[in-house]
Amino acid sequence: MANLKDFPVIFELSKEGRKGYSLPELDVPDIDVDQEFDDAYIRKENPDLPEVSELQIMRHYTALSTRNHGVDSGFYPLGSCTMKYNPKINEDVARFPGFSQIHPYQEENTVQGALGLMYDLQTTLAEITGMDEVTLQPAAGAQGEWTGLMMIRAFHEENGDYNRTKVIVPDSAHGTNPASATVAGFEAVTVKSDERGLVDLEDLKRVVDEDVAALMLTNPNTLGLFEEHIVEMANIVHEAGGRLYYDGANLNAIMGYARPSDMGFDVVHLNLHKTFTGPHGGGGPGSGPVGVTKEMAKFLPKPVLTTDGDQYYFDHDRPHSIGRVKPYYGNFGINVRAYTYIRSMGPDGLKQVSENAVLNANYMMRRLEEEYELPFKQHCKHEFVLSGKNQKKLGARTLDIAKRLLDFGYHPPTIYFPLNVEEAMMVEPTETESKETLDEFIDAMIQISNEAKDDPEIIQEAPHTTVISRLDETQAARKPVLRYYKNEE
Amino acid sequence: MQHRYIPMTEEDKKAMLKTVGVDSTDDLFADIPEEVRYNGDLNIKPAKSEYELKKELAELANQNVNLQTHTSFLGAGVYQHYIPSIVDHVISRSEFYTAYTPYQPEISQGELQAIFEFQTLISELTGMDVANSSMYDGGTALAEAVNLSAGQTRKKKVLVSKAVHPESMEVIKTYAKGPGLDIVEIDVKDGLTDLSQLEAELDEDTASVVLQYPNFLGQVEPLQEVNELLANQKKTMMVVSSNPLALGYLTPPGEFGADIVVGEAQVFGIPAQYGGPHCGYFATTKKLMRKVPGRLVGQTVDEEGQRGFVLTLQAREQHIRRDKATSNICSNQALNALASSVAMTALGKHGVKDMAILNMKKARYAKKKAEDTGLEVVYSGPFFNEFVVNVKGDVASINKQLLDKGFIGGFDLGKVSDDWKNHMLMAVTEIRTKDEIDQFVKELGDING
Repeated sequence: MANLKDFPVIFELSKEGRKGYSLPELDVPDIDVDQEFDDAYIRKENPDLPEVSELQIMRHYTALSTRNHGVDSGFYPLGSCTMKYNPKINEDVARFPGFSQIHPYQEENTVQGALGLMYDLQTTLAEITGMDEVTLQPAAGAQGEWTGLMMIRAFHEENGDYNRTKVIVPDSAHGTNPASATVAGFEAVTVKSDERGLVDLEDLKRVVDEDVAALMLTNPNTLGLFEEHIVEMANIVHEAGGRLYYDGANLNAIMGYARPSDMGFDVVHLNLHKTFTGPHGGGGPGSGPVGVTKEMAKFLPKPVLTTDGDQYYFDHDRPHSIGRVKPYYGNFGINVRAYTYIRSMGPDGLKQVSENAVLNANYMMRRLEEEYELPFKQHCKHEFVLSGKNQKKLGARTLDIAKRLLDFGYHPPTIYFPLNVEEAMMVEPTETESKETLDEFIDAMIQISNEAKDDPEIIQEAPHTTVISRLDETQAARKPVLRYYKNEE
Repeated sequence: MQHRYIPMTEEDKKAMLKTVGVDSTDDLFADIPEEVRYNGDLNIKPAKSEYELKKELAELANQNVNLQTHTSFLGAGVYQHYIPSIVDHVISRSEFYTAYTPYQPEISQGELQAIFEFQTLISELTGMDVANSSMYDGGTALAEAVNLSAGQTRKKKVLVSKAVHPESMEVIKTYAKGPGLDIVEIDVKDGLTDLSQLEAELDEDTASVVLQYPNFLGQVEPLQEVNELLANQKKTMMVVSSNPLALGYLTPPGEFGADIVVGEAQVFGIPAQYGGPHCGYFATTKKLMRKVPGRLVGQTVDEEGQRGFVLTLQAREQHIRRDKATSNICSNQALNALASSVAMTALGKHGVKDMAILNMKKARYAKKKAEDTGLEVVYSGPFFNEFVVNVKGDVASINKQLLDKGFIGGFDLGKVSDDWKNHMLMAVTEIRTKDEIDQFVKELGDING
């Protein structure tokens, strides 16, 4: 039996005979469609979907939304995710019928407005990253990574280089990096970080050999630190015949200050749902365009959007292309939002974004290092990583601190990542937060640190104010219940 | 200049720089080596005010012919359907759309429960044990299913019907390069997958057979016969891509022994928006539950025994398994899954079937009307809401003439294969009226002569 206090799932609101839809009437002569089918193909029982009225649905989802924290609800310093404000004009523009109500198979001459926007976005992203060409096809960052690696693979194969099996990733890298390498058919090899949180050059030289296909890197890295030796790293990899892949997850730190192309990167992906304000949507949809240098351009996924100066059109005749990575032309609706954002900011605005994102992060870092261990002391870029190891000794683990932050109305930082920092807390404020918000959050963090000294139980038992307390994740994994069953015991 | 998205004032900046212990923000970028520092001004368009930008982009949008300005009979994987008004109101709740992946379940119960409900709705429609939280789209979901079948069976050969969506086929081929799979394409005969060729190619090295139900040409593949063919190759998986709306009427693939069912939930609550973002789904058996790509939400209890939801079985995923992960998917289509959930919930137990049948009746009316007008409809088997018309002449030029009459014509199958030159795939959904169908068929008949 369901607990009486349980918040209902929509299926529990169902009552036979209720209806939440309004279909057009049948205005053509009625026929019996069953006649045409062998009985085996006619569904015998309707899917057991809910029967609910429209207001019931609206109340249900409105109630669910109040059980959810978004950027509009409060501060969301989730490191590496760039949880900045999602401008509302973006939402309005993406809903214009001329953008939302167009079919991907309309003739190109009927969608020149959409293609023009896409082309301008490609060109703009190429300028921001310094790359020569950009594709908007990949659906999200991870797909962009894999797309880029497949292009690097095609590049090596074209050179008759079939033995380049290794993709190097730093130990601080996001999990998608090694996973993308594997899915693209490579072996992921880890390079260590040094005591300053940067890629260890000696270790890089050790792992780079004639088998290396690529080095994948975010810069600034996932510790929020700029890889100062990027030029030397690029030389090491290039001299061995490998290529450099830029994971654009952290581009918010450097717009107008540095460009991946100038650092020696050959392939770049961007997360438009991070730096360029595509809303995160509770986990997607995203958009993960990929930019490349000239030497890589012929391997771009097809079709490639181009122009003859008169009309925009898709070039399907791309014999060296890695092929298609996604049906149609990418997550257009997200690309419209990103484009709207870029046009709202302009070149100066984008530089100011990075400037303020970096200042916000450094300000928080300097104030918080008085209470929390800061493993790497240099200036950070858009984010920084603290260690909760001192608080852990007092009985307050990083997980507990994260849960305690919920009581203050904050989404906690990313925790236990990157993997090379003990009890890690990765904080990314973004530029859209005010000093007052940062100060309030810092005060909360200091208070929690004091609680760890005086009264760790209040942290261990947190959260105290949320609609639900800590959940039994072990049970969830051991006896998975992945869907609702009506006659559940 | 102060921008409305950036709250930092000069005074704030001064105070913060002082705390950091530097004179200017440039000092914070001093670790970028001189030789790679960018000192230019980005050559992109200057900023525009909110009003001016909206006006400019509205004008750009208005350059596009769209599904509101014209009456469309175009489908081929992306369909124009009734979208309940509540869908956009729900997904416009910014607690949903400005949140990220629910890593902190205590403040993400809304999203987690919404996904749990999505998983349930998809399981019900497909007749499968479990469904994940969503994939990028139907095409990549199918490609991931193919790779999963190969990984699970440790076999490299995959038989893919040429009647699956041609762009899904392309994506399958790209995804197959990583694990080095052998994709064998099975021909189409009379609008259906050639089962004799499928049988001939099927052997003990075959990881899976891949079909679309209803297929790209709108025809309903005989999954029962496919299942019988597979009886001798027990390890070979049956992978089916399915339009979930059609499953309101058709027996779901799960009942024909499908191991993995994927597809595109765009038919439920998601506008065409030039092909994306849409919403892939991925459903499978209990046996494969721990191999599913992407996120899964599971039910559990909190410390007080209250029901709650968490991301679960995460050991499958990239952020835990890293290079041992079988898929690299991270972000998915959560907000669109929510849109589809709202639409599926509104339709409910009877509405999905009602809507499916309405599609079928209107499509059959259009087909009969076309035949009565002298147009040649090429396949005679059972179909869902799309059928193929053999026209005299080039489909693109016919569509151009139709456009002048206010119609977006059907899909030009000649773009896929020379065998299908002069063949138009017509989609008729529940929103097309008798008058629209009559007029369209008349115009098409007139052009066809």
